[in-house]
Amino acid sequence: MNSDSFHLFVIPFVAGVFFLLVFSVWKYWRWIKKFDKLQRAKIRKNIWTWRFLPAIWEAFREGLLHWRITKKNLLLGYMHRSLAFGWFLLIVVGAVQAKLAFPDGHPLWIAIFFNYFEPSYSIDFPKAEFFANLMDVLLIYVLSGLFLAMFKKVWSRPLGMKRTTRHTLMDRVAKLALWCIFPFRLLSEAATSSLYGNGGFMTRGLGNVLSSMGVADPAFEMSCWTLYSIALGTFFCLMPFSRYMHIFTEVFLIYFRQLGVKDSDKKTGYTMFELSACSRCGICIDGCPMNRELGIVNMQGVYMLQSVRNLELQKNAEPIAENCLMCDRCVADCPVNLDLSIIRRQVRIKNKKDIDKGGYGYLRNIQPFNSIGRVAYFGGCMSHLTPGISRSMETIFNAVGQKYWYMDKNETICCGRPLLQQGFENQAFELRRKNTEMIVNSKATMLITSCPICYQSFKKEYKLSIPVMHHTEYINMLIESGKLKLRKDDRRVTYHDPCELGRGCGIYDQPRNVLRATTTLLKTKEEREHSLCCGFNLGNPTLDLEQQTAIRNAARDNLMAPKPDTIATACPMCKKAFQHADNIPVKDIAEIVAENIIK
Amino acid sequence: MKSVSIIGAGPAGIEAAYVLAKQGVAVSLFEKSSSPLKNIADKAFLFPNFAAATDIVEQMNRKLLNANIAQHLDTDIVGIVREGEQGWKLSDSHGNSYYSDAVLLATGYTPFDAHRKEELGYGIYGGVITSLEMEKMIRYNQIVNSLGEKPKRVVFLQCVGSRDEKTGNHYCSKVCCVTAVKQAIEMKKQLPDTEAYIFYMDLRMWGQHFEELYRQSQQEYGVRYVRGRISEASGTFDGRVQIKAEDTLMGLPLKMTTDLLVLMVGMEASEGTRCLAKAAGICGEYGFAQSSDPHLGDCLTSQKGLYVCGTCKRPMSINDVVNDARAAAFAILEG
Repeated sequence: MNSDSFHLFVIPFVAGVFFLLVFSVWKYWRWIKKFDKLQRAKIRKNIWTWRFLPAIWEAFREGLLHWRITKKNLLLGYMHRSLAFGWFLLIVVGAVQAKLAFPDGHPLWIAIFFNYFEPSYSIDFPKAEFFANLMDVLLIYVLSGLFLAMFKKVWSRPLGMKRTTRHTLMDRVAKLALWCIFPFRLLSEAATSSLYGNGGFMTRGLGNVLSSMGVADPAFEMSCWTLYSIALGTFFCLMPFSRYMHIFTEVFLIYFRQLGVKDSDKKTGYTMFELSACSRCGICIDGCPMNRELGIVNMQGVYMLQSVRNLELQKNAEPIAENCLMCDRCVADCPVNLDLSIIRRQVRIKNKKDIDKGGYGYLRNIQPFNSIGRVAYFGGCMSHLTPGISRSMETIFNAVGQKYWYMDKNETICCGRPLLQQGFENQAFELRRKNTEMIVNSKATMLITSCPICYQSFKKEYKLSIPVMHHTEYINMLIESGKLKLRKDDRRVTYHDPCELGRGCGIYDQPRNVLRATTTLLKTKEEREHSLCCGFNLGNPTLDLEQQTAIRNAARDNLMAPKPDTIATACPMCKKAFQHADNIPVKDIAEIVAENIIK
Repeated sequence: MKSVSIIGAGPAGIEAAYVLAKQGVAVSLFEKSSSPLKNIADKAFLFPNFAAATDIVEQMNRKLLNANIAQHLDTDIVGIVREGEQGWKLSDSHGNSYYSDAVLLATGYTPFDAHRKEELGYGIYGGVITSLEMEKMIRYNQIVNSLGEKPKRVVFLQCVGSRDEKTGNHYCSKVCCVTAVKQAIEMKKQLPDTEAYIFYMDLRMWGQHFEELYRQSQQEYGVRYVRGRISEASGTFDGRVQIKAEDTLMGLPLKMTTDLLVLMVGMEASEGTRCLAKAAGICGEYGFAQSSDPHLGDCLTSQKGLYVCGTCKRPMSINDVVNDARAAAFAILEG
């Protein structure tokens, strides 16, 4: 009977695979159709290049080995790797095994239910024994991951997670199906082995146990295989509607990303891929300052995406999307590298659609200063409230003999980013246009800004043809080129990475180099991409002062722990945040540098 | 009560020490600086009657001499613990210990550090000064701008570091309103041609003669009042200060250039108050010391034998401080 190549029990599996295949192709095709012009152009430009090679490597590293998760926690990485890579190997090795056993070809399900259809259960193809044992080892590997996953459900701390995601009903059902697959497989193979003595060491061992228990029975065997097939079929059918779709989507997302596709301010097909690529692992929850300091756990990346995915937008997206500091901590933590802040901003833009009517038309053009051969300096609105920073920058410019134009000294136009982050796309656009006009007409050779918010805006949202630098980059350049000579004082400092400068623009080393040149820089526990938001970020308009203060205090405690003389930062906003707390000596890097110039 | 230690030789500490010593109590008075009455030493005149601060200082010093008070100057008390059933043990920064039956905390306040409001430009622009520096200028008849010239205009800004959510000080410092009125009048007396503006949120003329002083400042001296906070100050090329504010009565934004911007800094708990209130377990809001009852036990604390008076509890004017010190002295005598 078993030597036939078909049995009714394979139907749920085959139906599941067929459904999954058709549905996924249809879904992906629809999403790809919804890519915007720029994204299509990128794909067209890069599709015939070698970029698929790094994409394959990244898909292998992240989709199967789960490298980024492993870096967070070894055990958590092992859990994901054993399930993903283990299952992948089971499929690949199973296919090879089937190919060897049926050199003339075979239907798809033979590889999956190999032990059932194995010809005459005897060693009649090369290395059959080896493959049987290898498949058992792989199954143990997967089962060990499954065991960890179950353990994590009860106690997640050893796997490096304080909080885990609250999943939807669909996700929970799909997970149940997934968890059933491997134990059922083991049981089915053991049941067959109890009758025919085939399989590897573990299968045979368990088969003997079943025989000794007296359940070596073809009916029992059949029901096991049927359950296994149903578990597989159910899982495949639920996949497109559950978080497990990320398994396939992530591969596509990685490829598109390698082709240079980026998310825009509107929801596109690419966004759909991102939404689907979120594995809902919940790693974004633990690091989020809203959770850590305020105990708010409904607005983190995973839940925000969930609300977008479920079209719950109309109902409750507002508190979820608005109640976020946009500090990008989740972006740094996300193992899938999703650009959560951009997606959140899309929701905000959508929410503000009716009130974002522009309104800066009244702004008159400020006469640009003819700045040929000069650098333009943009202090930013916040630097007007921290005049110590802009003053120090002027000192530094004068010390190196750099001619400059302090473009917002008297009349200030905001860079537009605070508005954009709130979702006021049109208003931000008007401000950007005014500033761009002014900068282009001035013919300045370079733009230097003291505010990381402006910096990120000029760098990413403006299309300026001149170099844009944050003052820490600029000072670092001056030091490296030997133009600026600094003395080292005996101050011990800790450095606070501003969110917009560090995670936002990847500027981590330049400020540290500058500080090392003038002071003794101490390490803090949470720094660089793991730095803590100062809480006074412009990203969250809904927090009250008490909540902001709680977040600020956590960042302060982290910075004060190594007992520095001074806290150094590179953002007027962060500086103000720490300044408001009492007894914290806080200085901007520009101020420390200006104090230590050797003339 | 046989022996009392009083920490802080300001108006509060001295007044209480005087009263207790006159009643035959052995009083030790501790002061961390080298002379008593540091905080009012540089004051010019005191509201509401323009009494010369030097007179008050002199009278208080006389009290110190005329009573049997053991003075410990240059003694920074850093530790306070209950010793045995009744007594207290104080320790200073050099490790010396002092024992007494009761302790009176009179550790006072410290002026708000105006550097923390960087947008107002203190320490950055020469024309921005604090009310303490203005008081000194008035006292020595030397009101000058950053270039050392006679100012044409002086702007006073109320509530710097008080009633300010952002700095964490929600409370009113109580004395700054009338101090600005007083300083504006004194400035006008010395420089009648100089314009005086006072930017305020609301003027709290709570004491006797304060309201009259406020009226007088407008009618006789031409001091002008603008309701609104100053949001930022910036330097001009000629060493003056440009301020941006909103006139909330007119509902209009306002820019003004001035020679001097005087920041009326509020009172915060002094380092000694913070440290000792915490060590003794009587820490209240904002680092001030907490009395046990605002009505009937304002000089008592939750700790037996530990008393509090003056600005270590909350911002107070000098006349209130002196009365409070006498109340504390009698509370100690009652046991």
